[in-house]
Amino acid sequence: MPENVNSLKNHAKIAAQVRCDVLDMICRTKGPHIGPCYSCVDLLVSLYFGGMKVSPGALTDPERDRFIFSKGHASPALYAVLHRRGFLTSAAISGFAVNGGTLQQHPDYDVKQGIEVSSGSLGHGLSIGAGMAYALKKDRSPARVFVLISDGELAEGSTWEAILFAGHHKLDNLTLIVDYNRMYALGPAKETLDLDPLADKFKAFNWGARIIDGHSFKDINKALAALPFSKGKPSLIGAETLKGKGVSFMENELSWHYSCPDEKERTCACRELKGGEHK
Amino acid sequence: MRKAFYERMAAIALANPDVNFLTGNLGYKFFDEIRAKCPAQFLDVGVAEQNMIGLAAGMALCGKSVYCYSIIPFLTLRACEQVRVDVCYHNLPVKLVGMGAGFTYGQEGFTHFGIEDLAVMRAMPGMTVVVPDTIENAVRVAELSVNHKGPLYIRLGRAGIHGAGNKSTLKAIGKAVLLRQGKDCALIAIGNMVAVAEQVAESLSVKGIKATVINMHTLKPLDEAAVRACAGKYQFIFSLEEHSVQGGLGSAVAEVLAESGFSGKFERIGIPEKLDRVIGDADYLWAHYGLSPAKVTTRLMKTIRGKCRADQI
Repeated sequence: MPENVNSLKNHAKIAAQVRCDVLDMICRTKGPHIGPCYSCVDLLVSLYFGGMKVSPGALTDPERDRFIFSKGHASPALYAVLHRRGFLTSAAISGFAVNGGTLQQHPDYDVKQGIEVSSGSLGHGLSIGAGMAYALKKDRSPARVFVLISDGELAEGSTWEAILFAGHHKLDNLTLIVDYNRMYALGPAKETLDLDPLADKFKAFNWGARIIDGHSFKDINKALAALPFSKGKPSLIGAETLKGKGVSFMENELSWHYSCPDEKERTCACRELKGGEHK
Repeated sequence: MRKAFYERMAAIALANPDVNFLTGNLGYKFFDEIRAKCPAQFLDVGVAEQNMIGLAAGMALCGKSVYCYSIIPFLTLRACEQVRVDVCYHNLPVKLVGMGAGFTYGQEGFTHFGIEDLAVMRAMPGMTVVVPDTIENAVRVAELSVNHKGPLYIRLGRAGIHGAGNKSTLKAIGKAVLLRQGKDCALIAIGNMVAVAEQVAESLSVKGIKATVINMHTLKPLDEAAVRACAGKYQFIFSLEEHSVQGGLGSAVAEVLAESGFSGKFERIGIPEKLDRVIGDADYLWAHYGLSPAKVTTRLMKTIRGKCRADQI
């Protein structure tokens, strides 16, 4: 990696490229979930460009950090970041969600491609991550585990089973990042199942917890550099995000959980995103 | 059976530091030896079966061999999707040890009955399903499980009942065991019902009917060759299981028989889908639902004699 790759400016540039890649993938396949992709792009960029100890040159290194992308429906965001970071080839990306293709709409485990765990059914990721963190701690490994979930996954009971477990077992090598866009698949969290106050919930389960701006690279990088927030406790990063972030007409608009941009919308989105590259 | 299984597992764990035992807050006293000898390899995750299976998958992804224990419905049904995705889809060395085959928990009632697990676990991709019938065979399964690649479901229940236990016959997973050779009919049994099949065969012999008894301890992969061999030899074939007649051993055998062109008479002996609201211990419930040796013998006699008489007309 070039030295300046982890700079804030560079993160913003990569994030804009990633959003363009996602737009391409989704428009090409007329797929859903562009909104959930865009809300977690900045988090993924920070994680993969400096936040985590992962590298396409050390795919099976036992001491690599482990990443579980539990909100599997936003896979284009993950694939695009893996591509920009050198884990996935352009050919792999162009085979996204097509007949006989390379990458399906929910991530399929393949350590050789940097995908540790298959996901798609919500509420599984944190338990698997806690199991990894528990095993790595037993082996005195320096490897850490990062799990990114949607806020909707906090409605799954299994997630809370894992939160209770991780706090009890003091898994301070485990970090949970909640993509806290407060917009579920059918409407706002406030009207469906309100999660506030989120940090207090985690603190009550013996976690260290911070709420950050999930689109501020300064905030995200600072949080990732401060892990674990409390020694002997797992860490929650409640990343406040916007569904559809990066394209003005998609931001916080429920319909973009499902809709695929038409040609005109695509052109507009592309123009806005390309503008973002130069910010 | 459970006690013997875990005593053997304790010795195995001692020799294999990567073997871990998870329990969903069940199995009082059964883990004592493991906890005493290798406490770091034991983990009570609390009453949280879904999390237990996810944890096991995560640990297995980091190189551990993990055993998960609970009562059958909580293990196989509550955490069913975690078994499907986290364990089976990733083809991980996670062993599910379910206690309470069929009506083992008797008076505890429906919530504790293990009567759909074989159907569900059999449908899981890559899952191996083994049901030991005796204490000795449970110990043998414990030994075989250690080096088993991929997901494994071990179904435990009562053992050595009705004086027919105490046998070590199981050699390998996936290879049925011929316990008794007859010429008139074949009884293909699994788990607790193996002992029943042997008693039934004894009773039938008194009436002049010679029955073959096969211990089909591995439901998946099924020893299809053994079933096809029966299809070629016997006019009457019966499957016996302490499980719903839907989706378990009877269904698995029926599939093979249908595809092999079997033209004889096949009957599934098992538990009906709809249970009566009857309270009782396992023996009581066996008698009520027609699984006791006497009830099974009567039913088989009726089928065999009825068919023979019809053929004579």
